[in-house]
Amino acid sequence: MLIRKPSDIRPSEITSRANYLNRREFMAAGAAAGGIALASPVLGAVVPRGQFAKLPDMRKSEFSTDERPTGYDDVTTYNNFWEFGTAKDDPAKNSQDFDPRPWRITVDGHAEKTGSFHFDDFIKPFDLEERIYRMRCVEAWSMVIPWVGISLADVVRHHQPTSKAKYVAFQTLHDPVRMPGQRRPVLEWPYREGLTIAEATNPLPILAVGLYGEALPNPNGAPIRLVVPWKYGFKGIKSIVRISFVEEQPQTSWNMAQPWEYGFYANVNPEVDHPRWSQARERRIGSGRFASKQPTLMFNGYGEHVAHLYSGVDLRKNY
Amino acid sequence: MDTLAQIRVVWKPVVFLLCLVPGLLLLGDTFEITGTLGANPVEEIQDRLGNWGLRFIMIGLAVTPLRRLTGWNWLQRFRRMLGLFAFFYTLLHFLAWLILDQGVLWPAIVEDIVKRPFITIGFAALLILTAMAATSTNGMRRRLGRRWQQLHYGAYVVGALGVWHYWWQVKKDIREPLIYAAILAVLLGTRLWFRYRKVSQKP
Repeated sequence: MLIRKPSDIRPSEITSRANYLNRREFMAAGAAAGGIALASPVLGAVVPRGQFAKLPDMRKSEFSTDERPTGYDDVTTYNNFWEFGTAKDDPAKNSQDFDPRPWRITVDGHAEKTGSFHFDDFIKPFDLEERIYRMRCVEAWSMVIPWVGISLADVVRHHQPTSKAKYVAFQTLHDPVRMPGQRRPVLEWPYREGLTIAEATNPLPILAVGLYGEALPNPNGAPIRLVVPWKYGFKGIKSIVRISFVEEQPQTSWNMAQPWEYGFYANVNPEVDHPRWSQARERRIGSGRFASKQPTLMFNGYGEHVAHLYSGVDLRKNY
Repeated sequence: MDTLAQIRVVWKPVVFLLCLVPGLLLLGDTFEITGTLGANPVEEIQDRLGNWGLRFIMIGLAVTPLRRLTGWNWLQRFRRMLGLFAFFYTLLHFLAWLILDQGVLWPAIVEDIVKRPFITIGFAALLILTAMAATSTNGMRRRLGRRWQQLHYGAYVVGALGVWHYWWQVKKDIREPLIYAAILAVLLGTRLWFRYRKVSQKP
């Protein structure tokens, strides 16, 4: 039988929530406890499952689904994150050296509280919550993902948008040295996304900073990414560095690239097909080699919370 | 043993087994003996089979130019087998789509073949390949005479449709279909060049 060395003490046994949120304190704690220097950052590293603390006081959400979450390995190795390459396993392979710290987020545009914030300061005012959401990719596959994040509506209200703020625009880090996928012009960098202010203040969207109770892994958009569960996955912009309150509908990356296939709204809708494939059914990742596809739900099954946002809107035209 | 016998007894079985390797590896990965298929196994099975179908079409189309450039006439002896492997992998690619991806839901399948141009194109390529495979025996070749050659020029069409089918279903990153398109252009280009030379050499 192996006897555990002091360095085998799991950080979860010694780390409080405050340390989880503060990388430097966490590293000091880890180093003190184990006598080891942690080379990789805590929030945002590609981490072996179970290495880091589960948050003891994390709030569970009433919006969570009780469906079985997709396995951690699948969620972290099957990604569309073209900043690290266009193949599904590229992000896991090519983001290993990406260090998402220090990280700053700029808030600008039509709001009272604008400025440039350190990651820790940016998320400090808000409660972390676990939200288990369905994620439907426009490519007709889906997952169930236990995110940890903060309510986007809370963030928006905190920054006090003015009446001129009709939309919220998001931008990913643009740094071809750290994000090698940006060295090819396969999309116009930086990646851009946006929501109407009504969508952004709906209770469902979150800014995720964690996954499976741990720091958000790099392939999933460390250190902070958007999750809008009733929209196709490409709306969930990753590694966000800028949030702007704007008057005009912002440009969004896939709409800029192929407007006839990808609209601004991108609501999950089984009745409006992608020009090249059907959106009626989806393959649930992890359902097995020989499992059949399952029907896709209108608004990805979140209609009761969001359908009112689109009353009177022609969803066939506004895809 | 003369060369012809050697090809039949030794080299044909060797090439046959080599052509089976991608399929065996896929089988091994499917049952997690040799590896895994990743997070989306159905997509991986379809992609790999489709890729190998297209590769064997290219390999089959490479036989004649290579033979003429090198003078290795024995290459011709492998052309039918390579073409049949192109059919084999393309058919499996189609069946994987039909059974694993679509779950044999006929209305959806028919709708996809009719409504989605990239699927229509792939299906057309499969039909041509099927006709070529069905007429690949010596007896059929003799019986069809000149029409046999005309039918089997379909290999060029299948190559073009295959690349088109691949190109059209890619989301945005067209590097790989572009590589296949370049290979196909070279293979067809050499044929045009041979033809041009033949014509210009006539007195």
